[in-house]
Amino acid sequence: MNSTLRKLLGRLPLGWLQLSYNRTRLFSAIAGVTFANVLVFVQLGILGALNGSSIAPYTLFNADILVSASDSNTLSDGGNIARQFMFESSSVPGVKKGTALYIGQMEWQQSESASATLQVFGINPLSSDFTTPALAPLMHLLIDENRAVIDRRTRGIDSNVFNTVSRTDALAMEFNGVTVSAVGLLDVGSGFTADGTMMVSDQTFLRLFRHRQSGAPDHILLHIDEGVSVDVVVNRLRSVLPGATVKVNSYSDAIEADLNFQTTERPTGIIFGFGVMIGIVVGVIIVYQVLATDVTSHLKEYATFKAMGYPHTFFIGVVFEEALILAVLGFVPALVIATLIYIGLGSATGLPIEMSIVRAVLVFLGTLAACSISGAIATSRLASADPADLF
Amino acid sequence: MSSTSAIIVTELNHWFGQGEARKQAIFDVNLKIKTGSLTVLMGPSGSGKTTVLTLMGCLRDIQNGQVELLGYKLFDSSQHDKDSIRRRLGFIFQAHNLHASLSATENVLMGLQVHGAGRIAQQTKAAVHILDLLGLGDRTDYLPENLSGGQKQRVAIARALVANPQIVFADEPTAALDKESGISVVKMLKTLGSSRGTTTVMVTHDNRILDMADRIIVLEDGRVVSDTLKTE
Repeated sequence: MNSTLRKLLGRLPLGWLQLSYNRTRLFSAIAGVTFANVLVFVQLGILGALNGSSIAPYTLFNADILVSASDSNTLSDGGNIARQFMFESSSVPGVKKGTALYIGQMEWQQSESASATLQVFGINPLSSDFTTPALAPLMHLLIDENRAVIDRRTRGIDSNVFNTVSRTDALAMEFNGVTVSAVGLLDVGSGFTADGTMMVSDQTFLRLFRHRQSGAPDHILLHIDEGVSVDVVVNRLRSVLPGATVKVNSYSDAIEADLNFQTTERPTGIIFGFGVMIGIVVGVIIVYQVLATDVTSHLKEYATFKAMGYPHTFFIGVVFEEALILAVLGFVPALVIATLIYIGLGSATGLPIEMSIVRAVLVFLGTLAACSISGAIATSRLASADPADLF
Repeated sequence: MSSTSAIIVTELNHWFGQGEARKQAIFDVNLKIKTGSLTVLMGPSGSGKTTVLTLMGCLRDIQNGQVELLGYKLFDSSQHDKDSIRRRLGFIFQAHNLHASLSATENVLMGLQVHGAGRIAQQTKAAVHILDLLGLGDRTDYLPENLSGGQKQRVAIARALVANPQIVFADEPTAALDKESGISVVKMLKTLGSSRGTTTVMVTHDNRILDMADRIIVLEDGRVVSDTLKTE
C-alpha cells in the first residue's frame, strides 16, 4: 500500500502513513465508514425493491398510453374509470385501439399452511397485443371460463406447486367458492403489497370480484397509430376527456409518475429515502471526527512542515488523501456485507433486492463525495497550525 | 566567508497582545548578519531572542520595521512568497518536532520533498547519507518513538540540513545532545558556512558553541545590549 501510494502520488503518502500509524483508530474509522455504507446500501436496496416491485406489473403490458382515474397515483390505487372513456378515446385521431384493465387483490389459500395475496389483473384475452410478447401466447388460454396464468414466484407458496402447471395439467385454485384453473405461468415476483400476480380474462375477473362492474375498469390501455407522436395524442386526449375525473399519461410517464409517488409521497419511500440520508450523515460525521482528530493530533508536525515551506494546499491534499483512503477501505467491505444482506433479504422476503453495478458505483461515488466533504470541513482546523508557536 | 549580508534587520519592533494588554516585546533592533557566519543569540528568558529568531525566520509577520532575508523583504509579503523563502531556510527546533508516523529517513525526506516530488530513490539516498553522517546509519528505518532524545534531535538536524538551506535557524539545537555530538553538529554547521556559505543563527546557552561562534548578540528586554564579532 505504502509503495503503491508513493508511486501514485510521487511523494511520501503522508496521509496513509498517519492513518496506518494508529491501527486502532484506522480500523475504527474503516468500520464506521463501512457501517454508514452498509446502512445506505440496505436502504437503497429496499427502496430499489419497492421501486422494482412497483414497476414489475407494468412489464406485463404493452401500451402507449394509460388512462386512469384522476386520483390514481399508482397502478393499484385510485378509483375506477368509466369504460365509456375507452370508446371516446378510440375516436380521437391517432388512437388505434384500447382495452380495459381490471385490478384487484385476492387471498389464495393454497393449503392449510400456505397462503398468498395475489394481485389479479383482468384483461380481454383477445387483446393479447396489449400484453408483453412473453405473455401474449398464453392469453388465448384465458378465453375459457375461470382460467388463469399464475406467478411462478409467488411468495409463501412452494415453488414445486407450479412445476407441472400447463394447459393439460392445470392447477386448481379456490377463491371465494370459485375454482380457477391455472393453465400457464408468468414471472413477476412479490412486492410490498402482494405476494404474487395472477392474470385472468376480464370476464373471469368479474366473476371473482362480484362487486366490480364491467363498465368501471381501473385503467384503460391505448395503442396509437404508427408514426404518430405519443405526446401529441396524449394532449388530444386531455383536451377531449374530462380532466377532473380522468388522468392521461404516456405509458412511460405513468411508470415514472408511479415511481416518483412511491419514493416521495408514500411513507415507505420517504422512510427509506430518509434512511439513505441518515447513512450519509453518519458517514460524514464519522469521517469528519476521524480526520479532525487526526489534524488536531498532528498540528505540531504540520506547523513544522509549514515552517519548512510546505504550502497550505499540501496539507489540504494530505487530509483529502486520508478521506479518500477511508472511503475506499470502508467501501470494499461494505459492498461484500451489503451483497450478503441483499441475498439474505431477497430469499427471506422474495423482494427483488439485488446489488447492481450502477448502485455500487453510485454509492462509491457518494462515499467519495461524503468523505471529501468531511475532509473539507476538517481542513478548517489546519489554520491552527502556526509555525511561530514552535519556538 | 562572503562579506554580503544574508539577513538585514532594520528598525524592528514587535508587540504581543491586543488593546490595553498590548505589550512591546522588541525595540528598534538593527542587525546585519553576514552570509556564511555562525551567529549566536543570547539573553535571559523573555529577552526577545526567540521572537527575533522567528521574525528573521519568516515564521512571524513583521508588524513594524523590516527584515530582508536573502535579498527579499518580508514586511507585507504574501503567503506564497513566505512559503518560497522558507524553502531556502532550515529550522532546528528545541523540541525536535519529528513526525511520529514517519521513519527517520521519511522525516528527512520531508525536508527534500518540499522542493518538489519525484526522484524518490535519489532523495532517499541523500536522506540516508546525511543520517549516516550524523551517526544514524543504523537507525534509518526507526520511528521516532524508538529513538533516544539525542537521536531524534540528530534526525531533526538532518531534516533541516538535507536540502542545503542558505540560512539555518536553530533554537538550542544541542540541548539534547551529548558533548561530542553537540560539538560535531556545530562543526558541521561551521563547515557548511565556510564551504557552501550557509548562514546559521542560533539561540543557545551552550558555552561550547559560544567558542565556535563568529558573532554573539545579547538581547535584554527586547533590545540588543551587546553585539560582539569574535573574528575581529
